Amino acid sequence: MIDAWLRADGRKGIRNTVVVAYLVECAHFVASEIVHRFRNTPFEGEVQLIGFPGCYPNEYAAQMMEKLCTHPNVGAVLFVSLGCESFDKVRVANAVDASARPVKTLVIQRAGGTRSTVQAGADWITQTLGQIAQGPRAPMGVNELIIGTVCGGSDGTSGISGNPAAGKAFDLLVAEGAACIFEETGELIGCEEIMAERAITPELGQILRESVHKAERYYATLGYGSFAAGNAAGGLSTIEEKSLGAYVKSGDSPISGLIKPGDIPPTGGLYLMDVVPDGEVRFGFPNISDNAEIVEMIASGAHMTLFVTGRGSVVGSAISPVIKICANPDTWRALSEDMDVNAGDIIEGRRSIPEVGQEIRDLVVAVAGGQQTKSEELGHREFILTYKSFEPIGPACLPSAA
Amino acid sequence: MTPFDFGPFLLLSDKDNVLVARANAPEGLTVTLESGPTTLTRAIPMAHKIARRSIAEGDTILKYGMPIGIATAAIAAGEHVHIHNIRSAYTATISLQDADGVSAGVSL
Repeated sequence: MIDAWLRADGRKGIRNTVVVAYLVECAHFVASEIVHRFRNTPFEGEVQLIGFPGCYPNEYAAQMMEKLCTHPNVGAVLFVSLGCESFDKVRVANAVDASARPVKTLVIQRAGGTRSTVQAGADWITQTLGQIAQGPRAPMGVNELIIGTVCGGSDGTSGISGNPAAGKAFDLLVAEGAACIFEETGELIGCEEIMAERAITPELGQILRESVHKAERYYATLGYGSFAAGNAAGGLSTIEEKSLGAYVKSGDSPISGLIKPGDIPPTGGLYLMDVVPDGEVRFGFPNISDNAEIVEMIASGAHMTLFVTGRGSVVGSAISPVIKICANPDTWRALSEDMDVNAGDIIEGRRSIPEVGQEIRDLVVAVAGGQQTKSEELGHREFILTYKSFEPIGPACLPSAA
Repeated sequence: MTPFDFGPFLLLSDKDNVLVARANAPEGLTVTLESGPTTLTRAIPMAHKIARRSIAEGDTILKYGMPIGIATAAIAAGEHVHIHNIRSAYTATISLQDADGVSAGVSL
């Protein structure tokens, strides 16, 4: 069993992090200075920076911030406000307080400015680190894990090595009772029919199909698909080719539900996260980079993310560890310090997809038990949260919760 | 024994009309396709595609047994299949100078 941190709501965490959250870009620097105070201390990596840059209010961002700050991997929260931004700092602090976590809000305009706010924040964290280290522990099974998957920096190898291996790991984890989330409906364009057939009810199948059609309309309005220039350099010619490669990381399990960012999977099984906003196109691209997707899966409770890359992404994440699965053997040789799993072995004929899938599953359990991933060791704690708008999901999205 | 020798190229589904390079294939390499031996007229980087057989303009390109785009020109067996001769049925593909997989994509 995994030795986990038990939270007051009964959920279990695999890390015990203090997050420092800025509530507008104007407070970003002060918040990051507080985090930097813990560099080269035993707590480096355990004090992490997150935040929302906008001055205008957004219900999605408010709910995401609440979900992130009450994630089971989080032990305590320090909010840093400039003072005049629109983010509702009282509401979010009350939500964290109700979760029985230590919480503090510093308002720069009332705390004496940059230097004294940084000092007050560092002092509070130093005292809080000792307090949360005494928090209750509990054994945790694989069936209590929530695991996300994302691919980034994809190339033509992703779809034939890294993504099928991640899909195999998902099959193993779902069979053990874990909840697994795949996402980015903009990268499922062309896969909607085959995906709909895997839904556990026909109504859910129709909802999955519609979520991809929504993504297609959204991206068509913006004029670009979810496709980066480096994807083409890596041999991918079209969005549907990228999609088919990305789709296989969902594995072969039946699809148990559709969730939106912040919805927690109600049971084990495989879930699609619909990340494309509802309604008219507003606020720009659904997810402007890979970490925006990772953050949304964390808001839905993901303890960890499997990140498949071909071209070679080096990112990690705040709050939940990222396991990087390298699909391309040349990239593995070039960036091996940043990669956890060499799925390029499949391309070069040294190992099979099931063998690499088993390695990924075993690594998930080891990381849940405290082992550091490559990006954690290197200090990567990327985070991004921007504007969006969603309608709540309907009952047909989660047949297993009924 | 198969009469074909795809060399470093992989056939992902029998329905496919493209093959995928599982290693960098040099210019001048000869592979034997259903239509007979053909010599690569340019290097094909790992994970890029060549035509398994001749493809007519307007034909659907199949990879993993699934449609990945539409030919915008006639493509000969063994020729590089990429953004210069196929297009998406959905949204246009964005690319930079390095899209051929050979150019560095950096400048001094």
